[in-house]
Amino acid sequence: MFEYNFHWRPVLKNLPDLLEAGLVTLEVASLAMVLGIVIGLALALIRLKLRGPLRWFASSWVELARNTPALFQLFFFGFGLGAFGLHLTPYAIVLAGLTFNCAGYLAENFRGGFQAIPETQIRAARSLGMTSAQAYLRIVIPQVIRIVYYPITNQMVWAVLISSLGMLVGFRELSGETQFFASRTYRIFEYFAVTAVLYYVIVKIILLVSRLLAIKLFRY
Amino acid sequence: MIEISDLYKSFGDLQVLKGINLQVEKGEVLSVIGASGSGKSTLLYCINGLEPIQKGSIKVDGVEVHAKDTDLNKLRQKLGMVFQQWNSFPHLTVLENVALAPRIVRKLPKRDARDVALKQLEHVGLGDKIESYPGALSGGQQQRLAIARALAMEPEYMLFDEATSALDPELVGEVLDTMRLLAEEGMTMICVTHEMGFARDVSDRVAFFHEGLIEEIGPPKQIFGDARSERTKKFLSKIR
Repeated sequence: MFEYNFHWRPVLKNLPDLLEAGLVTLEVASLAMVLGIVIGLALALIRLKLRGPLRWFASSWVELARNTPALFQLFFFGFGLGAFGLHLTPYAIVLAGLTFNCAGYLAENFRGGFQAIPETQIRAARSLGMTSAQAYLRIVIPQVIRIVYYPITNQMVWAVLISSLGMLVGFRELSGETQFFASRTYRIFEYFAVTAVLYYVIVKIILLVSRLLAIKLFRY
Repeated sequence: MIEISDLYKSFGDLQVLKGINLQVEKGEVLSVIGASGSGKSTLLYCINGLEPIQKGSIKVDGVEVHAKDTDLNKLRQKLGMVFQQWNSFPHLTVLENVALAPRIVRKLPKRDARDVALKQLEHVGLGDKIESYPGALSGGQQQRLAIARALAMEPEYMLFDEATSALDPELVGEVLDTMRLLAEEGMTMICVTHEMGFARDVSDRVAFFHEGLIEEIGPPKQIFGDARSERTKKFLSKIR
C-alpha cells in the first residue's frame, strides 16, 4: 500500500544550492527586520505623541499589516504595484512586503514597551536638566529595547518563516529554490523535508545568537 | 532665592494651588507639611517647571520659571529634585546613574563626570556600590542614589518630594540622615515631608498646607509648640 521509495541523493547533490538560498532567506529577513525596527519605532512614537494625518497614516499601517494576510501584502507589492506599471524585482517585493508586515507588528511591540516605562522616569531625567530628546535616547529607549527584545526575536523568526511566501512571487529564496528543484525532480517530499530541517536550523541559530546577545546587552 | 507669588495651579477642573505666596532664602531649610492632596508635591513640580501653572509667578534667583524665553533645562540644573518613588534608572549602574547628567547636560569630560559622581556617591555613603545596578539596592540605598544623582549637577536648591514615604520604616533613617547632612552643609532645601521629627529638628521654617493654601508658616517652635491656626493644631494632633 505504501510503496513510495525515498530518493535523497538528488537533494544532497543540490544541498549547496539550498544552503545558498538559505543565506538569501536570512539576508532578506534580516534586512526587513532592520528596516522594520526603525520604521516600527517611528510608527509607535507617532501613534503615541502626534495627532493629525501622520497619526492616521501610522495607525492605518499597523492595522493593515496586522489584520490582513502576509501573502496579500506581498502580492500588493508584486501584482498590485505591477498593475500600476511599477514592476519591482522579486527580491524588492519580498523585502518591501516583509518590512511592511514586520514594521506593523513591531510598532505594537514598541508601543507596549513605551507604555511600560513609568512617566516618572522621564520626569526624573528632565529634572536633571536633560532635554526631551536626551531623556528618550538615554533613559526611555534603552529600557524599551530590553522590554521588546524577546518579542523582536520572535518577529525575526517570523520574518524568516514568512519569507517562504516569496516563492509565490517568483523569489528564489530557500522555499523558492526548493520548489524549483522539487518540480524538476518530482522528489517533492524529500526536498521539502530537507528544507524544513534547514529552516529549523536557521531559527535555532537565530535564537542562540539572540540569547548570547541578551547576556551581553542586559546586565541588569 | 525662590520667590513664589499668587500661584494658582489646577489639573482640569481640580484646583490644587489657590494663591500661594512664599519666599525661600538661600541656605534656608523649609519643610512643607499637610494632608495628602493639599498641593505640597504639586508646588515642587511647579518650581522646577515640570508642571505648567495657570496664574502667578515663580522666580528662581530672579529668573521666572514659566516665562516663555526661560531655558528650563539650564534652570533645572540649579534645582535638584528627589522623588517619592526614587526613580533610579534601572538600566545604568549606580555610577552611570550619577555620572550621566553631568556628562550630557553639564558637558563635563567623561573623567570629570566620573570624579563628580564618585564624590557624591561617597557623600551619601554608596562609595562601595558603584558597579551595582539599582535593582540590587535597597529602597533606602536607591533613594540615597537619587540624592547623589541630583547633587552631581551641583544644584543650589534641593527639592525633596516625600523622599521617605515609599520606604520601609527601617530604611527611613538613613535617608533622613543624608538630608540632615545636606542641611548642615548649608544647602537650600524645600522638603515636602510627613516626617514631623525631621521637620521639627532640621528646618528653619515649617509651612502647613491646607487645601491649596498656606494655612500657617513659621519656625518649627511655633508650628509644633504654639500653632496659631486651629487647623494646624488639628492636623498635628492627628499625626502624633
